[in-house]
Amino acid sequence: MSIATFLGADWQTLADAFGLGGIYALMAVGIGLVFGVLRLVNFAYGQLVMAGAYALAFAYERGWPVWVGVLLCFGVVIALSLAMDLVVFRPLRSQSPAVMLVATFAVAFLLQSIALLWFGPLGKIAASLSSLNQPWSIGGVDIRKISIVATLVAAGCLVALVALLGRTSVGLHMRAAALDFRTARLLGVRANRVIGSAVLLSGLLAATVAVMMTVQTPLVTPDFALRDTILVLAGVVLGGMNRLISATLGGFAIGFASGFLGGALPTDQSQYLPSFLFAAVILVLLIRPGGLFTRAGAQAVERV
Amino acid sequence: MRHARAALELLAPAFLVIAVGLFGTTVSSSTETYVITTLVNVAIVVALYVFIGNSGVVSFGHMSFVAVGAWTAGILSMPTGEKPAIMPNLAGFLRDTTVGNVPSLALAAAVGAVYALVVGLPLMRLSGLAAGIATFGVLEITHNVLRYWEKIGPGLNTFSAVPETTGLLQAAVGALIAIVVAFMYQRSRYGRMLRATREDPAAARAVGVSVYGQRLVAFTLSGGLAGLAGGLYVHLLPLNTEGLYLNLTFITLAMLVIGGLTSLWGAVVGAVVVSAVDSFLAEAENGVQLPGGTLDLPAGTRIVVVGALMALVLILRPSGLTGGRELPLPRATLRGLLTKFSA
Repeated sequence: MSIATFLGADWQTLADAFGLGGIYALMAVGIGLVFGVLRLVNFAYGQLVMAGAYALAFAYERGWPVWVGVLLCFGVVIALSLAMDLVVFRPLRSQSPAVMLVATFAVAFLLQSIALLWFGPLGKIAASLSSLNQPWSIGGVDIRKISIVATLVAAGCLVALVALLGRTSVGLHMRAAALDFRTARLLGVRANRVIGSAVLLSGLLAATVAVMMTVQTPLVTPDFALRDTILVLAGVVLGGMNRLISATLGGFAIGFASGFLGGALPTDQSQYLPSFLFAAVILVLLIRPGGLFTRAGAQAVERV
Repeated sequence: MRHARAALELLAPAFLVIAVGLFGTTVSSSTETYVITTLVNVAIVVALYVFIGNSGVVSFGHMSFVAVGAWTAGILSMPTGEKPAIMPNLAGFLRDTTVGNVPSLALAAAVGAVYALVVGLPLMRLSGLAAGIATFGVLEITHNVLRYWEKIGPGLNTFSAVPETTGLLQAAVGALIAIVVAFMYQRSRYGRMLRATREDPAAARAVGVSVYGQRLVAFTLSGGLAGLAGGLYVHLLPLNTEGLYLNLTFITLAMLVIGGLTSLWGAVVGAVVVSAVDSFLAEAENGVQLPGGTLDLPAGTRIVVVGALMALVLILRPSGLTGGRELPLPRATLRGLLTKFSA
């Protein structure tokens, strides 16, 4: 194998890894936002993405225009995430984080099997945006458009989010609530509004992720985005849950790492990739419990 | 009276298990499989209870210990002649060794306990959310390794040709062993110390209880029971890695939560009730004859119902069906019963 083809394959893997990292970063923001405000790790986040993907497939099957499908996707995901907050998270808000974790685990399984009941195990096709899967040739390297689009969209969403959190009053309330919910309420922050907007934002992000993921994997099955959510959760812990930016970086890092190593390593090594990623997560939890991308001394988890 | 009450705490779950076992002798052989599965589930959920119930720390990783136990018992009890077909890449020592039914179960429990001890040594320092995520990581790693490492098992293949020795008797005895061990543990000073750390870690530490040490003891014990349950399971039906992964983790956790996290009685009741519902729905997914006509539910109904049940219990009755108490008899009834017995 010549160096050029080796490098060429490498560049392509790199671009794909960037795209995956971008998508995972968006999911990490969604999970991190809800965690910041509610102290709730949402196992069911992937099922929001799955619901959005089914909405896209539904529209594609009926031959509706692309924008209608995307609109439907956003509508379904946002409605579902608000319903989840209202029916499950709100009654459980006073429970311990461990109970809430188990509850979201239950919701995840519930939604997944509802999808199985409704749409069957075989899966549906959502290929309305598949033209984005075509490669662009840049300097002899073929890079899929979606990798670039995903990276750009992720960066755009992050900038918009940082602006929202830093420049608007809702953002200020959200940051205050994330820091110390009780004090924030005492100072006049309206809890339900803040939580509602965090849930809404995380729903928006889930819908965006759904649109981009169906481009890469147009076959939508009930366990769509399940593996990705598990990895992103690990990444969020890896990066540091307590700050949005470190959670996002963690999500990006794990997406990039799994995309890059998965593409670069031969199969008999890359099949053990999940083991290494999760071993890294456990190691971080033990050695640097605040996360990799936080200042030293930040303590996110209780120790005994 | 105190001892009579304690005995009742052990007898109630034990009788429930025996009753389920006796019920199993009266039904057709296809229904009997469901009853045996129920008893194995009781063993798994009791294993979960020993750690989660007494410590108040959620573990998503216990299916790893069940899986390791199943692997141990499955590999060691499969006839040597069958091994090359199912596990061509098995390491030499495992390929040439075959043990009987009971030793394979004992080894399954031992390997489960050792694995839990090794995992627990670093992990028991974590609490709450971090413990949940880290134990989940353990599940992922175990699943991943067992799935692809063909030197220590069948990899993606299924454990066929393992002697199917888990009948009603073996399953019931296994469940009873788990219950008795769990009961003795929770009555011992170790169990009491661990429950003290659950109620108030700071106060427990102030009177000299090591939160880390006590959790490690319970984790190891519960890993051993989980390993035993895994051994029972692999002797019941041909298993593979997917059978011991997220779905079973979810269902068994749901059983514990629905029954009531903080009592042995709750663990057993939850396992029996949810298994009964689950078996009925599994049967109904294939179509079942009822007095009113045929009930034919689409595939996937089981998890919808169990998931909805779990969410409902968590929201409406967070302490579970039994309220997390040992025996949900009103105090007056209990006292009446006890005086009658002692008179």
